[in-house]
Amino acid sequence: MPKMTLSHFEASLLFAFLTSVVLGVVTKKTDRERLIYGLQTFGYFVLALFGLGWLMYLGHG
Amino acid sequence: MSKEKKPKEPLPPLRQWAHVVALGWLIPGGGHFLLGRRGRGALLAGCVVLMFVLGLLMRGTMFQPQTGDLLTTIIYVGGFIADLCAGILYLLTVWLGYNQPDVAGHAYDYGTKFLVGAGLLNVLAMVDAYDIATGKKD
Repeated sequence: MPKMTLSHFEASLLFAFLTSVVLGVVTKKTDRERLIYGLQTFGYFVLALFGLGWLMYLGHG
Repeated sequence: MSKEKKPKEPLPPLRQWAHVVALGWLIPGGGHFLLGRRGRGALLAGCVVLMFVLGLLMRGTMFQPQTGDLLTTIIYVGGFIADLCAGILYLLTVWLGYNQPDVAGHAYDYGTKFLVGAGLLNVLAMVDAYDIATGKKD
């Protein structure tokens, strides 16, 4: 089996994308609401990713 | 001012939802397919399977239940339960002899989280299938 090595950013983005799709599908009622919620959740994930990334970078000195 | 407690809703009959939830556990998205929600089932199945396969490709570790101090118990027993929630994906992987030791490195670590994440996403799918089967959701 081949081994896949992704960077932190790539792995986090993939995780955020798949989780956002599932959250969108199970949470809302109409397709439009699902799409908007999924995109919103993905946006929050990415925002948190950059926020925590900068926090760790600055905190590290 | 006293708050009135709402009476607890009785649990819907087991035969209405148990087979749906069980199939949803065994085959991710299977509960939705059984209920005729093919599109949602396919999306959920795709996400769970993709996350699990990515976890395997990154050589994530499967948790074995361990007890000790509280944190160890929560991490290892919780991780094992979450892995188990991936249903047939977990069972097949274990039956086919996948046994990745816990190795240091960010890729391995992400792999372990992806495997756990796949199980947890399947739990969300099972809850959704339960809600549809019991008529709480369309």
